[in-house]
Amino acid sequence: MSGKAYRPPEQGKAGQIFDSIFLLVLVYAVLFAPLVLGLTGGGTITKTVEEPTWEALGQNPTMAAQWEKLGFTPETAAEMITTRFDYTINPWALLLTAAVILGYFIFLIKFSEKEYREVINERFGEKK
Amino acid sequence: MSSTDTAGQDRQRISLLRVLGPAHVWALGVGIVLVGEFMGWNFSVGKGGAMGSLIACWVIGLLYTCVAMIDSEVTSTVAAAGGQYAQAKHIMGPLMAFNVGLYLVMAYTMLEAADALVVGDLLSSVAGEMGHDALDPRPFVVLTIAALAWLNYRGVLMTLTVNFVITAAAFISIVVLFLGVQPWNPGHMLQHRELLTDLPYGWIGVIAAFQFGIWYYLGIEGTCQAAEEVRSPARSLPYGTMSGIITLLIAATMTWYVATGLLPWEFLGQAATPLYDAARVTGSTALQVFLFIGTTFAAIASANGCINDASRAWFSMGRDRYMPLWFGAVHPRYRTPYRAILFLIPIAVSFSFTGLLDQVITFSILSGLLGYTFMPVNMWMFRRKWPLGSIRRGYVHPFHPLPAIVLLLLCITTYFATFLGYGTQLLAMMCFYIVASLWFTFHRYKYVRRGDQFTMPWSRPRGY
Repeated sequence: MSGKAYRPPEQGKAGQIFDSIFLLVLVYAVLFAPLVLGLTGGGTITKTVEEPTWEALGQNPTMAAQWEKLGFTPETAAEMITTRFDYTINPWALLLTAAVILGYFIFLIKFSEKEYREVINERFGEKK
Repeated sequence: MSSTDTAGQDRQRISLLRVLGPAHVWALGVGIVLVGEFMGWNFSVGKGGAMGSLIACWVIGLLYTCVAMIDSEVTSTVAAAGGQYAQAKHIMGPLMAFNVGLYLVMAYTMLEAADALVVGDLLSSVAGEMGHDALDPRPFVVLTIAALAWLNYRGVLMTLTVNFVITAAAFISIVVLFLGVQPWNPGHMLQHRELLTDLPYGWIGVIAAFQFGIWYYLGIEGTCQAAEEVRSPARSLPYGTMSGIITLLIAATMTWYVATGLLPWEFLGQAATPLYDAARVTGSTALQVFLFIGTTFAAIASANGCINDASRAWFSMGRDRYMPLWFGAVHPRYRTPYRAILFLIPIAVSFSFTGLLDQVITFSILSGLLGYTFMPVNMWMFRRKWPLGSIRRGYVHPFHPLPAIVLLLLCITTYFATFLGYGTQLLAMMCFYIVASLWFTFHRYKYVRRGDQFTMPWSRPRGY
């Protein structure tokens, strides 16, 4: 180790507990809450079929036989069969998502680089 | 805090045991991932149809081949606990390392949650078939996670030896199902001609299927987490990782072939336990029992490996003060990162309790994907800062920078695939990492000892 080493402050027990709780709150507020509140998940649409039969649901005899082996009837299988993903692209949402991901990585690389120089300078000494 | 169990304060730091060989590395990688053949991969059928899923399986197989190539070179050179986390620390800097550590923890913890959820669902479903309706799966979720956490608490060698045995048993159950449906006799049990359809969403569905195509292989890079506990990292890590990828490619192809020949794609695309369901429609009780055991074993092996990997990443971050130092403790008797193991249990249990398998899986996939996006950038920097010949590498991957370019392009495509159908979840996950990064940069980083972040006996990086 060369040069003057940075001496970090010691973190007390209370600080460590606070930081641990902060991380748990972050996990539950940002990831868990949207999940249980139903704000996330597959963007799907379901088509209603009046009086569903295997034919009306687009199932050939082999498909119908396999559904029945699994314990389904046309009525109970109808929702599974008619639920489809909606791949309509909202260009603004796509642009926003791309900007967030790109901005995140730019932030990471920029600040990591700054911190990395501090690490290298302390480990190997200031470059002359 | 005692001087015997707290890393960072301890001059005579208790180290992790170097007891693992290539078979353990294989078991750690495949053990985590093999469950992907028993559940989760089939959501790619829901997003793009059966053929779309097969294309996704192959394309994402290419993504993981790039991951394995890059990871083998860097990890066989940076042989320290934490895998990609230790790589990021030495090559890119503390903030990136913090994020990579967090990707690993979240990917494995969510995968562990999904595994426990499947064990609970499967037991509940089998109980229903035997006339015991409405069996609550949640006690089984808690029992699974608690038992495996205890195993991990007690020691790494026992944990991974158990994994080796149950992973092998789960893999055998896939082979038994494959042979049991007589693939040499199409039309007898396998009905591909009648069950396979055109692409239900066209080519955009194929792209969308990439999201869950990741699930065929997610976690294979976990082999690198045990770098500090492997007897010969330069030999065991590339050997264990590459043989793991080959095992998974074979298992994925067999899985797709059997499941799409037995189940209508609309069912397959939403099933929680597709291989078990495939065994059910064969009408063979023996196959059904085999696949029940296989699915349970695969989920348990995966959860077991996930606890191992997530706790080691969390432990490494605690040891380096990226997280509270309290987590950097090694158990004085069992020499395991016991506090990290215990801290992550409630998170895994809570997400299991949601019962939302596809969404829990998506969180795991997204964390994995962010980690794969880091890899090409890391690789470029590694070769730029330490060109070939400047330091001793355990393994040098061929065709650089082609694997890095292909990996980056496939990662971008997979973000788009996730946006299709799971866009809100993608933004929630990004929001989580952005807030965590701001917290690290403007609060946590002040506790980090700068020079200690670089421990490899390498020369000064070029350009610094």
